[in-house]
Amino acid sequence: MASYLTGIITPHRKHTKKSPTIRMDVPKTVTIPMEMHIGKPAIPTVKVGDLVKVGTKIGEADGKISSNIYSSVSGKVVKFVEYLLFNGFVTTAAVIESDGEMTMEEGLTPPTVNTKEDLIEAIKASGVVGLGGAGFPTQVKFDVDPEKVDYLIINGAECEPYVTSDTVTMLTRGDDMAYALQTINRAMGISKAIIGVESNNKKAVRAMQILADAVIWPDVNVKVLPPVYPQGGEKVLVYHTTGRKIHANQLPIDVGCIVVNCTTLAAIGAYLKTGIPLVEKCVTVDGGAVKKPRNVMVPIGTSLEDLFNACGGLTVEPAKIIYGGPMMGITVPNTSASVLKNTNAALALTAKEAKLPKTTACIRCGSCVNTCPFGLAPISIAEAYDRKDVDALKALHVTTCMECGCCSFVCPANRPLVQKNKLSKQLLKDIKEGENK
Amino acid sequence: MSSLTKVAISPHIHSGRSTSGIMLDVLIALLPATIAGTVIFGLKSLLVVAVCLICCVGFEALFNIIAKSKRQTVTDLSAAVTGLLLALNLPANIPLWQCAVGSLFAIIIVKCIFGGIGKNLVNPAIAARVFMLVAFGSMATAAFPVNADAVSGATPLAAEKMPSLLTLFLGNYGGAIGETCTAALLLGGLYLLIRRIITWQIPVVFIATVFALSFLMKGFDVTTALSLTMSGGVFIGAFFMATDYTTSPPTAWGKVIFGFGAGLLTCLIRYYGTYPEGVSFAILFMNILNPYIIRWTRKKVFTEGGSK
Repeated sequence: MASYLTGIITPHRKHTKKSPTIRMDVPKTVTIPMEMHIGKPAIPTVKVGDLVKVGTKIGEADGKISSNIYSSVSGKVVKFVEYLLFNGFVTTAAVIESDGEMTMEEGLTPPTVNTKEDLIEAIKASGVVGLGGAGFPTQVKFDVDPEKVDYLIINGAECEPYVTSDTVTMLTRGDDMAYALQTINRAMGISKAIIGVESNNKKAVRAMQILADAVIWPDVNVKVLPPVYPQGGEKVLVYHTTGRKIHANQLPIDVGCIVVNCTTLAAIGAYLKTGIPLVEKCVTVDGGAVKKPRNVMVPIGTSLEDLFNACGGLTVEPAKIIYGGPMMGITVPNTSASVLKNTNAALALTAKEAKLPKTTACIRCGSCVNTCPFGLAPISIAEAYDRKDVDALKALHVTTCMECGCCSFVCPANRPLVQKNKLSKQLLKDIKEGENK
Repeated sequence: MSSLTKVAISPHIHSGRSTSGIMLDVLIALLPATIAGTVIFGLKSLLVVAVCLICCVGFEALFNIIAKSKRQTVTDLSAAVTGLLLALNLPANIPLWQCAVGSLFAIIIVKCIFGGIGKNLVNPAIAARVFMLVAFGSMATAAFPVNADAVSGATPLAAEKMPSLLTLFLGNYGGAIGETCTAALLLGGLYLLIRRIITWQIPVVFIATVFALSFLMKGFDVTTALSLTMSGGVFIGAFFMATDYTTSPPTAWGKVIFGFGAGLLTCLIRYYGTYPEGVSFAILFMNILNPYIIRWTRKKVFTEGGSK
């Protein structure tokens, strides 16, 4: 295989690595949006006043690319509100007042999975979406010709600073992961699985090696990855685990791979074992403003405020509140936002942590070009965007950008490089949609 | 909590590298050569350094004020780097008013009117040195070390007999303030490499090319080739001038081509041209070729090729 793709050494700041995971007290209310995934929002199946239990379906997937939503607490649906998503769109959210009992829905039984169709149906019923952050409905990934799949690749690369929730999964939920692997193997006949873990995450590497030894069918291999950000990017991971290149306009399946995050796999495993759908999430709570940084098992829909309070509260006014890690995470304006299915971390950064240097003139040092894992020229893209040069943007392959942010991170002039890449991609998308109309 | 916090696009952290930090590292890396130059050529060298530094920084500040720039760029220390580099490329006995004119040329003509930092086509210090070489007779005669009998004379490249290798390494011979002491320049270059301000390609390929071609063109003698490589500003050019970010290519292969071209031109000008020194002209020429080298050596994008 060719050499590893370039990247950056980020500060790790994985303070939560060693502290035990806690389970927070049942929140008084949860606000569960109908859109916690890529695709169409789910259609609410309950109405105000309905009594729900943990695992009661409150939203039905609308079409193929969508996902079911389940109540994470037992209690009463008190209202539906308009919920501002971080992408600026507004969706409906069910507000459920908890009775504090956490009574389970009756009749939740493990599904019988023997065929691909069973598997897809089961994943759909589990409400699992890409839990690494993307939120893509997972069942869609498996709706492919099994003959085409050579590898199931498990993403255990947790390359973002601060975040350790996937590590918690690998250390504590190996049995769920193994169960899912075996079931997928039985249903789809995928005979090879590769788990990618970074070399500096030694405990997780060891845990995954134990899992690999225990699971005989499929054949599981652990691929130790360099401790360089970004290892978790889909194209990067597939290349580093299999040596296969995903070209422009291709998906992992085009090179015979299905990529699933380790926590997503564990969530599928948990559902297959118990029949309990995705209702809670392990979230890394960290950042300088958080009193006691730790990993927390939290019901989906819990507000960030309740979550931070479960970690001793905020000691200072945070400068930024981020869903996910600081390299690719998304900021939210206040702590009333809910923990979503794909929330893997909630960071409250202090002004000092979130401080970015002033933007100055580009000195053409080439750091962005030499750092980009995909060999893009971010500064040229930024300049082409500024003059709205669509042809140049296409020639510069801007759509390849995975928005990892390495270019902006290393830029000594702190130019908004990945930011301009995102704008460029949107510009090309808008133009394409305009042409199709 | 009711107050709103800032929302922004990721990334939310930064490496901490800054332009001024990089420039500060270059200034630090030039310290050994400055000290060596002062020891070799006397305190008047410091005067030249001071005049160039003050003039370059002053002209940049002045230009920003006159041009009503939104941001004063003096604090990024790039003008200071240009000033120090220019001074180290001048003989210690140069009239100080000429230093001021050179600084004006470097900062105003070469850098500021092309758009300031990052927008200049050629290296300001190199361009100013070449300008002064053409404009002022004082540049052709190099200052001699304070302990030597002669006051001024030709640079070793124009002289009939080369100094010994040890002399060339320690720098106790005639030339510009900062170009003679190979040891000090190596020390500074090493610092830049360790701090990852520069990569090895340009200096190593440049110096190796000069050595190899000198060996081939000057009678297949290792000592002669080494002497020629250690004199005439090859080291200061290779480590500090040719590696200027703005006027050299970003990619590894681009840097290799740039270094090779500069080495080749240096030797051609030196051995077949009318000027005894070729480094400045070679780098200047490669600066002009730089946009083409960048185009030739564009990196292949990871997702290029394949279906669709």
